[in-house]
Parts: sequence; C-alpha cells; structure tokens
Amino acid sequence: MKTATSQSSFNYRLWRYDGAPGELIPLLQSAQDHFGYVPRRAISHISGVTGIPESDIYGVITFYSQFRLQPMGKYVIRACAGTACHVSGARMIIETIEDELGIEVGDTSEDGLFTFNTVACIGCCSLAPVIMINDDTHGRLTPASLRKLLKGYRRKIGESTETAVEAVGE
Amino acid sequence: MKKIIVGMGTCGLSAGARAVYDRLEELAAETPGVCELTRTGCIGMCYREPLVEVRDGEDRVIFGEVDPDAARTIFRDHVLGNEPASGSSVVLSISPDSEIGGAEAEFIRLQERIVLRNCGNIDPESIEDYEAAGGYQGLRKSLLDMTPGEIIQEIKDSGLRGRGGGGFPTGLKWSFTAGYDSDKKYVICNADEGDPGAFMDRSILEGDPHSVLEGMIICARAIGASFGYIYCRAEYPLAIYRLEIALAAARKKGYLGEDILGSGFDFDMKIKQGAGAFVCGEETALIASIEGQRGMPRIRPPFPAEKGLWRKPTNNNNVETYSNIPWIVINRASAYKAFGTEKSPGTKVFALAGKVVHGGLAEVSMGTTIEDLVFRIGGGIKEGREFKAVQMGGPSGGCIPASLKHTPVDFESIPATGAIMGSGGMVVMDETTCMVEIARFFLDFTQSESCGKCTFCRIGTLRMLEILERITRGEGIPEDIAKLEKLSVQIKEASLCGLGQTAPNPVQTTLKYYLDEYMAHIDDQKCPAGGCLALVEFSIDASKCIGCTLCAKACPVDAIEGKVKEVHTIDTNICVKCGKCISSCNFGAVITR
Repeated sequence: MKTATSQSSFNYRLWRYDGAPGELIPLLQSAQDHFGYVPRRAISHISGVTGIPESDIYGVITFYSQFRLQPMGKYVIRACAGTACHVSGARMIIETIEDELGIEVGDTSEDGLFTFNTVACIGCCSLAPVIMINDDTHGRLTPASLRKLLKGYRRKIGESTETAVEAVGE
Repeated sequence: MKKIIVGMGTCGLSAGARAVYDRLEELAAETPGVCELTRTGCIGMCYREPLVEVRDGEDRVIFGEVDPDAARTIFRDHVLGNEPASGSSVVLSISPDSEIGGAEAEFIRLQERIVLRNCGNIDPESIEDYEAAGGYQGLRKSLLDMTPGEIIQEIKDSGLRGRGGGGFPTGLKWSFTAGYDSDKKYVICNADEGDPGAFMDRSILEGDPHSVLEGMIICARAIGASFGYIYCRAEYPLAIYRLEIALAAARKKGYLGEDILGSGFDFDMKIKQGAGAFVCGEETALIASIEGQRGMPRIRPPFPAEKGLWRKPTNNNNVETYSNIPWIVINRASAYKAFGTEKSPGTKVFALAGKVVHGGLAEVSMGTTIEDLVFRIGGGIKEGREFKAVQMGGPSGGCIPASLKHTPVDFESIPATGAIMGSGGMVVMDETTCMVEIARFFLDFTQSESCGKCTFCRIGTLRMLEILERITRGEGIPEDIAKLEKLSVQIKEASLCGLGQTAPNPVQTTLKYYLDEYMAHIDDQKCPAGGCLALVEFSIDASKCIGCTLCAKACPVDAIEGKVKEVHTIDTNICVKCGKCISSCNFGAVITR
C-alpha cells in the first residue's frame, strides 16, 4: 500500500520537475521512500530529468547520513547515540542489538528484516536510552527490555508470514 | 463538559500514550456526551509520561504514568464521578483560586512560560485551539496596525537574542535583511536541532507549531520577504506531520497565501526535510542544503542578510526565537524585558536530561542559576548520586563543574566558564561519568560530522580523537595534554564555521576543570569514575546474580565460571573487558569499578 503511494509520489515529483532549483534532495528523499534506498537506476533517472550530473548527485547522497545506496531491511532500527543516551548506557544498548541480530552498525540482517544504524539524537533525551524502530520510539531501555522488544518484533514477523502462508493456502 | 487531554508528543507516545488514548476513546464512546477527548503536545514533564489531564472548567488535574488500566480508573472516578484526586499519581493540580498542588508542583512553580505558553494546553493539530489561546492576534496586529519598521523596533526594544545558541540580537538581524533591496527575500526557520541532548525545538514544533509559523509570517512582513522555509530534521517525523497540518490550516484560514488578512501582503512557506548532517545547523550550510547541494558552509561576508538563499537577502532564526515573536508583539517589549537579566532579557527553554531525576523541558527566566535548574526544577541527581557537572551547548559547548553551580544561565555568564549557551540542551552528569570519555564522545561526534572543507577541522579533530581514544584505553602519554591544548587553539583559529570553531570546547573545558582525571588515566591507567571499560575491573554482584548462565555463554574468552542457579564469577586475569556480560545480563548483576 505504501509502495503504491510513494511510487506515484516519486514519479509525480520527477514528472512535475520544472527546473526549480533545490529539488534534488526532495527527489532523492522520495526515491528512498519508494525503494527503501537510492538505487543506481534512480540516480540515472534523476540525472536524466534534471540535468544534474550523476557525480554531483552521488556527492550529495554520500554527504547526508539519511541516504543509503544499499537496500534497507523491513525494520530500520536507529539507536540514539546522543549525549543523554550515551551517559545513560547507549553503548550497551547498541552492543545488545548487535549481539541479538548478529549484525553491526550500518548492516542489514541476512534475512533482510532488520537494518541497524545509530543516529546523533532522536530528541527524546529524558527517556534515554532510546531507539527508533521505523517511526516508533522506544525509551528507558535496558538490555533485558530491549531483548523483549526485539522478540516482540520477531514474533510479529513470524505471525505475518504465517498469515501470508494461510492466505496463499486459501 | 469535562475535557480529557492526553499528552501525545514523541515523549508521551514512546511511553505508551497511544494505548491510553485508545482506551479513553473506547470509554468516552460508551458514555457519549459526558466528556470531550483531545490531545496535546509535551507539557515538559517527560519523566512522568504518559500524562493525562482532566479539565473541568478552570480546574485542571494532571495524572502521571498512566497506563490503560489507570486510565479506566481515572475515567470512572474523576470524569464520570467527582472524586477528589489525590496521591502521587497526581502530578499537578491547578485551580484559579489556590496554589499549584500535586507531586510535581515544584517543577512548574519556578518556570516562566512564554515560548511554552501553549505546549500542553492546546491541541497542536487544531488551529481553532491556537486561535482561542490568542493565536494569530500578533500577526493581525503587526499586519494591520504596525509598519514593518515598527515591528523591527519592537523586537529590537525587547532585547530578544537568537535562541539557537549564538545570541545575536534578533531585531538587529531583521533590520539588516530589511535594509537590502531585492525583488525576492526569504525567511528560514532553522529546525535542524542537531545537538545531541537537546529537544526544545522538537517539543515546540510538536506542541505548538502555529506559534512558529506566526513568528515567521511576522518576520516576513517586517523584512519584506515573500517566501519561507522550515528546515526540519527528518528524525522528527511527528513534528513534520504536525507542521504540515498547521501549514494547511493556516492557508485555509488565510494566514498564509495571498493578501493575508486583507492587508495586501503575500507570503507562503514550505517544509524542507533535513537529510541528516549536523553542520546544516550552521546557517550558510543550511542554505546550501535547501539549494540541493552538499551542506558545506560558505565564507561570510557576504552574510545571508545580504546574499543568502539563491543569493537573495535571507533571514534565518531558530524555532524558539520565532515562537517568542507573537508574544512580544502582543505584550510589548517592556513586558518581555521584565523577564531575565539586563543583557539577556526574556526566558529560555532548557532540555534537562542525563542523570537528573526530572528529565524534561523547563522554561525559566534568563539568569536562573544552574543549581536551581538541576536541583529545584530537575529534582536533583538520580539514585542519590553526587552532582558532577552539567554539559551545555552540545558538541560545541563545554562541561561546567559542580563547583560553578551558582553560575546564572545567560549569554554573558555561561561563556565565561568556557562553555556556551547553545540552544538549551543541559545534560547532567554524576560521579560515574568519566570526563575524558565525554570529551572523546563529543570529538567522535564532531569528527564524523565535520564537512571536510577546512583542513584543521577535518584532520585536527581526527588527531584529537585518536589521542583521546588512546587516553581512555590507558595508553596515553604525558605529552598528550600539551598536544590537545595546541590542537584546540589551531582548530579554533583555522576553521571557517561554528562547527570547527567550537569543536575543541568539550576538550578545553574538561582539561580546565578535570585535569586530574586526565592524569589518572595517563599516569596510573585508572579511570576514577569507572566509565572507561578498559580501565576498570569486572565482577558479579552475588546478591543480584541468579545463575542464569547467560553471561558465561556471552563471554568470548570463557572468563566467567559458574553452574546453573549458582552465583557466577569473573576471572579478571582472563577477562578482556569487552562488556558482553553487561549487555547479556537481565538483572544488572555485572558491576565495574
């Protein structure tokens, strides 16, 4: 459902492009919304429409931490590494996620379900330590409560695959 | 009719406000016509979220740490019934004819709320709520009863200084942009709140977005701008969502668009999402980012007031600054000057976080002491520990030691300590926080966020980080201190923008106030605060260990011994101090000292 709307918004944005300056970053953002990352072909496509050289587009992508050139998992986990979280034990939270998912900061799990990143500050400092999973914020975490949280997400994934299988069966 | 209000800022939502709201919605639907259910932004008491308020006319009672079950009880006793509310779950009780009561009355009593006037009071997604609270009256007055020159004079007279950290007089900044002739001028709101440890702007955007829009429109009128941008971090999805609602509503009501309020003045604006670069908080880098380029700072002059966005005169202020504007226009400069100190008038919103009991937002008069903020409003240090320092100004700021707790917070006193006012983030630290480690943490941040334009910032911060990493591993040498001091001066002098010019501040202030801690790391390979894992000893607290064996399984070098259901022990001769046992333990039984 999400894909349908964001695809139209990416294409619509490109189609609507009238040469107004400053559209590159919003275009990249909508490409990333649509594909989950900025694929090679989107760069060529944007370049073709806007006339901005691919090398310049690549320069902008690599400057900003938001953009990714690799596909992201279904769930993007962003652990806050801000000051308040840092003094409240963010390092342990980050290590716990790495251990639980078996991936390091910046990686995506092999099953393509989780991508793990750190972020400078989510702005929920009074609930430190905090992580975001997609757009949901979870605060006051301990290694134990975090493991429980991740288990909950795993269960959710398990259930949704089951229902998918059932639906196919029907 | 009674009103139930649920605090639904990011802080409330992450504490579980959604489930509380859903439960109350069900209950309200069962007995229609009894109450009105609505939402609000952050009231500031993030530490007691989720918060639910029951409002009966002028009487307000706010309950804290409400879960769906507690919501049911509140609904039964205080919405359907009229039981007097008491106990520790009552955070605040406010009624017109008595003093503020409730468990957290002290938190609110010392505050003066100008910027946060509506936060926690109105539904941020309702323009009618904002209007009922006096919203857009400032715009009406400045468009219909004031000339642009009079608006600027009023802001100048108020003495308002930029709340983003620089403290530049706002009225003066506006007069510069107003003074240049151009076919197009721009207004920018810097909502790229990148300082780790600061969340004032997020709370304002989530709790009272219209106040920022109104401030920007008034500014546009004063300087003659026709278009504006709000540059907001992509990490604040809720703020962006509420801003979009606010923009659409303001357009519909005729506060944005053509011929605003029949004055003949045209202005519109849009949101630009930041793409995650700390340096974009710097105004020339922010402008480059809006233009779709890499966010690299430019040489000033020309200042943005003369040649800013697309080389046109541009005024750039931060969220909190704009939010002050409507209040000043309505209540006049003299009322604003009644708050704060002579050179720093007005109020400032601070974000209290870290090892403080009451983490949240507090707006106080400028000149309030650090001690009042940390102990009276903040409720002191968590777990009864000792207050060690407060970090102000994020990666550009510095650590102010407990011995200077009587320092008033204003634009003169804070820089005198070596820190900066910054945008208002205050991270409180206790005796378990290692100051060398904190300096390393900030350098790690600025080093990775340096845009790379200036050599001293790009390479100098990396060299400083390497030295600090060495020291925290216990491999520092005495010459390191002099090297850090020298590099600090060089980076400050040879960097173009604020990022590089202030990056050494955390190192310089910790060197100034905590040199003995650095020396303990270097000379004795000891971390007095126990914060550097490489320099502490690991052990297991026998009273907490239940013998679950998880730590022993997690240990990569098999340094942990113990049988199931028996207390485990760590062999410190084998231990490599990786910390895996700490993160694997569900009972907090692994201790370091």
